[in-house]
Amino acid sequence: MLPTDWRRLRSTAMIWLTAAAVTTSLAILVGLIALLVVVGASWFLPADAGFDRATLTFISDRWQLFLFASPLDGVGSAGVLPAIVGTAVLVILMTLMVTPFGVFTAIYLREYARDSWYTQLVRIAIHNLAGVPSIIYGVFGLGFFIYGIGGSLDSLFFAAQLPRPTWGTPGLMWAALTLALLTLPVVIVAAEEGLARIPRDLREASLALGATRTETIFKIVLPAASPSLMTGIILAVARAAGEVAPLMLVGVVKYAPALPVNLRAPFVHLEQKFMHLGFQVYDTAVHASADEGRIGLICATAMLLVLLVLLLNLAAVVLRQRLRDRYQAPVGGI
Amino acid sequence: MEHRDALILASNNRSGTRQAPPSLRVENLCLRYPNAPEALQDINLSIPAGQVTAVIGPSGCGKSTLLRCFNRMNDLIDGCEYDGSILLNDVDILNTATDVTVLRRRIGMVFQRPNPFPKSIYDNVAYGPRINGQGRRRVLDEIVENALRAAALWDEVKDRLHESAFKLSLGQQQRLVIARTIAVDPEVLLLDEPASSLDPISTLRIEELIYELKHLYTIIIVTHNMQQAARVSDMTAFMDMGRLIEFDTTDRIFTNPSRPETEDYITGRYG
Repeated sequence: MLPTDWRRLRSTAMIWLTAAAVTTSLAILVGLIALLVVVGASWFLPADAGFDRATLTFISDRWQLFLFASPLDGVGSAGVLPAIVGTAVLVILMTLMVTPFGVFTAIYLREYARDSWYTQLVRIAIHNLAGVPSIIYGVFGLGFFIYGIGGSLDSLFFAAQLPRPTWGTPGLMWAALTLALLTLPVVIVAAEEGLARIPRDLREASLALGATRTETIFKIVLPAASPSLMTGIILAVARAAGEVAPLMLVGVVKYAPALPVNLRAPFVHLEQKFMHLGFQVYDTAVHASADEGRIGLICATAMLLVLLVLLLNLAAVVLRQRLRDRYQAPVGGI
Repeated sequence: MEHRDALILASNNRSGTRQAPPSLRVENLCLRYPNAPEALQDINLSIPAGQVTAVIGPSGCGKSTLLRCFNRMNDLIDGCEYDGSILLNDVDILNTATDVTVLRRRIGMVFQRPNPFPKSIYDNVAYGPRINGQGRRRVLDEIVENALRAAALWDEVKDRLHESAFKLSLGQQQRLVIARTIAVDPEVLLLDEPASSLDPISTLRIEELIYELKHLYTIIIVTHNMQQAARVSDMTAFMDMGRLIEFDTTDRIFTNPSRPETEDYITGRYG
């Protein structure tokens, strides 16, 4: 065969190979979602499903069970609704904690600090932090936040209640802080890249008008970089919402008697333990028995978790698009 | 003459009466960037008040560097060192005690590429007054209108002040940047090749604008374009290799330069 034919063949083969890789990963994703939907739906349908009254009552009973109480684990089970609330509140709190911390770190590294051994060290630490297994964060949260900070808070301000701990016990606050720590590297890296992309002449324009460095950063650079910051937050939310392992050490429970948010002041109860969809999946898998349709319940709960993460992401994407429309220069000029 | 009135109004923004624009004197100015030969060598230059001074010379001759000394933009570059002095009304602005944010309000700068902020037209012009603490809407409205009129942009944008500045053409963006600079009411304007990225018609408008603004501001313009220097300036400085070769009235520089290097450059035999 001629060498040119070889080369043509090779490039055709390469196209097919890459296309196959794309198709395979797409198929796996679609299959996964389909499995969750189909198997999850089966839990809501009776074995002899038809278009009759019995089927309808069965479905509504199952929904009732699913949302508010599942009898599978016996007494003290609350269904997925409080778990949805718990997961959402946890992720939102985490976002509120990690965003300023991460953005300020990035601002320091990119805008204020000069390149030195210190910033190099910080950058290396951040990149390594991203690779630490999540359970280690759980251990750190338990040791530092709960026993360390929480324990000190208790002995300082809540000594009357001791030995019953108020803050020195797993709870929403410590879980959110632990997740914030876990997602911090993601936010810092994204924010730093965003800041680096803001052109120099924009900063010079502001400085040349007599603005200080800080005014320039907060009034010009940060708004212009806000879409990139949102990207960092989206990545952080995606990572945090999927984490279960560290939460088991810092505050998640299979049954919480009250929601972490309600109408009693202070409305968000940071010291309470909470329920979480990911943990619900784990708990069902471990404790429910097979004959009660365990796999269906697991899939239905998992589907909910996927939906929730998707929803939170979607909100962030919409917000990012609005920021882009507002602050970003059109690509390629006029 | 609506435009002329606007210029006078713009000049009255500062507490009613306006002093005459200041003169600048550069004395023994040397500057070096890290790991590079001296970018400016012993520059001595006396820039007259209320006139346009052009700085010309081949690429890399240090003319932009010189310009950026007047508002201390070189301070932003790590390891950049300079000595000598620049006297603005007999006060040395290169002194370390100078508050650069105040200095940069008095000496405004327009850059080579139009660099409007990613904000509305109004917010671009109002940015300077706002960071100086002007928060009253009515006052801001007035400043913005006067600045835009002074930059000959008002008629084109008055109906869309709250649209993004990026919707303007490049020429309009550059006039917007000039309006933004005028809005903080400087005494000196530094123009760093303000028309080099614009088409001929926009360039012409910028040149007309410079001509009209020179009664109110001391203007220093760096340019690549010798015809432009000849058209807009009263005085011209020719620089080469970080040295000031010749400084004289524009007429003399372009018709009867005293140094052979200048003549070579003007006639196109060099550069």
